[in-house]
Amino acid sequence: MARRERPLSPHLQVYRLPITAILSITHRITGVALSGGILILTFWLTSATYSADCFAWAQAVMGSWIGQVVLWGVLFSLYYHLGNGIRHMVWDSGAGFDLPTVHRSDYMVIAFPVIATAATLGCVYFVIGG
Amino acid sequence: MEMRSPLARVRGLGAAHEGAHHWWGQRLTGIALVPLCLWFIWAVSGLLGADLATFKAWLATGQNAVLMILLIVSGVHHAQLGLQVVIEDYVHCKTAKTVGIVLIKLGAVFVGVINVFAVLKLTFGS
Repeated sequence: MARRERPLSPHLQVYRLPITAILSITHRITGVALSGGILILTFWLTSATYSADCFAWAQAVMGSWIGQVVLWGVLFSLYYHLGNGIRHMVWDSGAGFDLPTVHRSDYMVIAFPVIATAATLGCVYFVIGG
Repeated sequence: MEMRSPLARVRGLGAAHEGAHHWWGQRLTGIALVPLCLWFIWAVSGLLGADLATFKAWLATGQNAVLMILLIVSGVHHAQLGLQVVIEDYVHCKTAKTVGIVLIKLGAVFVGVINVFAVLKLTFGS
């Protein structure tokens, strides 16, 4: 009996992911990154319960260049996850599923974290002067 | 054709026997986290490089402590629900999957309690 050709799910090593798929997996990756962000928050809050010196040390760790890079990464992840999370809520309502609308929201979901992170960066370094 | 029994249809719990509970919890905490996260970003921007006295004074206003606890509880719950799905999707060994989910659930409670306790200690402690 001839083997019937069945449809296969995309083979990840040879299949170029469409932008929607990349944005979808990015939602998960940023979600996992934000779970790490909760651990940074835990580090920050618990350090404050020990002593003023311990809190000052934690503040210095997060203010170091590597600390700042990590925190800006977490903030970018937060803005991405927030923007795409809102898009998921819109999808949950049943709206915005046709391809042209999805492509438009793709670009909004990419642009939002870039603009929001840049704006926050600008506020922190130029307005507050941190 | 309807394959479900009338009882299953009324219960509405589906194949996983828990209905939309997980899904609904994820949406509810997600909605709560939108304003809480925006508030948190704004709040910590003012606390960069702050010393402990400044930080304690900021928490002591009460509203900041309450918002911090709300952020922690909804954040940890949301993270725990999301990480559970990641493990369910990518870990195929049944034992590792179960152990992973148990660790995520217990770890989330642990991290949540530590953070809430820290906020309370900083707010009310000496």
